[in-house]
Amino acid sequence: MLNISGIHEGFVLDHIKAGESMTIYRNLHLDTLGCDCTIAMIMNAKSNKMGRKDIIKIECPIERVDLDILGFIDHNITCNIIKDDAIVEKRQLSLPKEIKNVISCKNPRCISTIEQGLDQIFVLTDEENEVYRCKYCEEKYTGNK
Amino acid sequence: MRHLMSPLDLSRAELEQLMDLADDIKLHPDVYSEKCHGKKLATCFYEPSTRTRLSFEAAMLNLGGSVLGFSSADSSSAAKGESVSDTIRVISSYADICAMRHPKEGAPLVASQRSLIPVINAGDGGHQHPTQTLTDLFTIRSLRGEIKDLTIGLCGDLKFGRTVHSLINALVRYPGIKFVLISPEELRVPEYIREDVLDKNGFEYKEVDSLDNVMGELDILYMTRVQRERFFNEEDYIRLKDFFILTKEKMHLAKKDMMVLHPLPRVNEIAVDVDDDPRAMYFEQARNGVFIRMALILTLLELV
Repeated sequence: MLNISGIHEGFVLDHIKAGESMTIYRNLHLDTLGCDCTIAMIMNAKSNKMGRKDIIKIECPIERVDLDILGFIDHNITCNIIKDDAIVEKRQLSLPKEIKNVISCKNPRCISTIEQGLDQIFVLTDEENEVYRCKYCEEKYTGNK
Repeated sequence: MRHLMSPLDLSRAELEQLMDLADDIKLHPDVYSEKCHGKKLATCFYEPSTRTRLSFEAAMLNLGGSVLGFSSADSSSAAKGESVSDTIRVISSYADICAMRHPKEGAPLVASQRSLIPVINAGDGGHQHPTQTLTDLFTIRSLRGEIKDLTIGLCGDLKFGRTVHSLINALVRYPGIKFVLISPEELRVPEYIREDVLDKNGFEYKEVDSLDNVMGELDILYMTRVQRERFFNEEDYIRLKDFFILTKEKMHLAKKDMMVLHPLPRVNEIAVDVDDDPRAMYFEQARNGVFIRMALILTLLELV
């Protein structure tokens, strides 16, 4: 059994679909957190609920990571916020109203395919059916999250 | 400062005000002939247009203002690779208001985010064409008195026809409107219009592929052209371009007071002999486009 110590301040992202932790690492921009932050990625761990799962532990001041995007990637992920070695909040993930530079528009007629320096922005247009559309051309996002 | 990207940028009350102003301009053009003296309109047209560009220019000239601009991407810095954001920043220092047409969807929205002057979307790819919608609404209101309780047939290219998308978006806010969507299967309205606009609002509509069978139900027939420039595949265009042609014979099936509208240019989807039918209102519609654009320019420049 692999042991990873607890964290003093930061986050524990649990119940990540096995193999998805690197996607989340990239989308949360964890590589830019700086050298004072420790990140542990546990991949393919046993899970009673899921069979196999990934876990990410992030030791860093909690205001440094924007977790909104997690709701878009997978709202089944559980997110515990740790402060002074204790869980202070179990964050409920919800769908973000807007997603910036995570997915890109596939419509070849969209301005975002040619305009330099333009943020790729998708807007939640139908919460019930989890529909996101490109802010510029309104094309529906249909790719895999 | 306000821009116009979609007809939904204006509330129904604002639309009514705009149409009231256009009515007044139509009746008393002299009163408005110097309202924009000293103001400049930039027409930034990255793809060809006759009516829209000239009607914007006519609108500004009728208001006593001046116009500058370009009429194709080849004659602008876009040919050198300049971004829309950079172009609009520069144009903001040359003009007071800008009308932009662009083949890429969302380009005028990008421009509006960087612009220091009001930007009007004069058509972006197959997406939106709000000033055509204002023209259409103004024409319907002028001829019918009010916009309500109408069965509107939209015919032709409903997939890439941006005028159709904008018009549906605007008309769902009026009471008693029913749509009959007439097109070949390949050119049906895009999913986002069906799901987010029609279905979401519980709107009554039907999709059919025969014009003859529904002709007698319609109060308004809105014809559109199958646009060659929207197809990546020439074969598809040739196969679909003559799917619906409105002829004098088909007009016999229509109600006596039905109106035929078309955003123009027409290619061959309306036979020339239909022009003499008193129900053919598309040239009147094109004329109305100048008055409603005059009203829009005055409103966005806050000169009313």
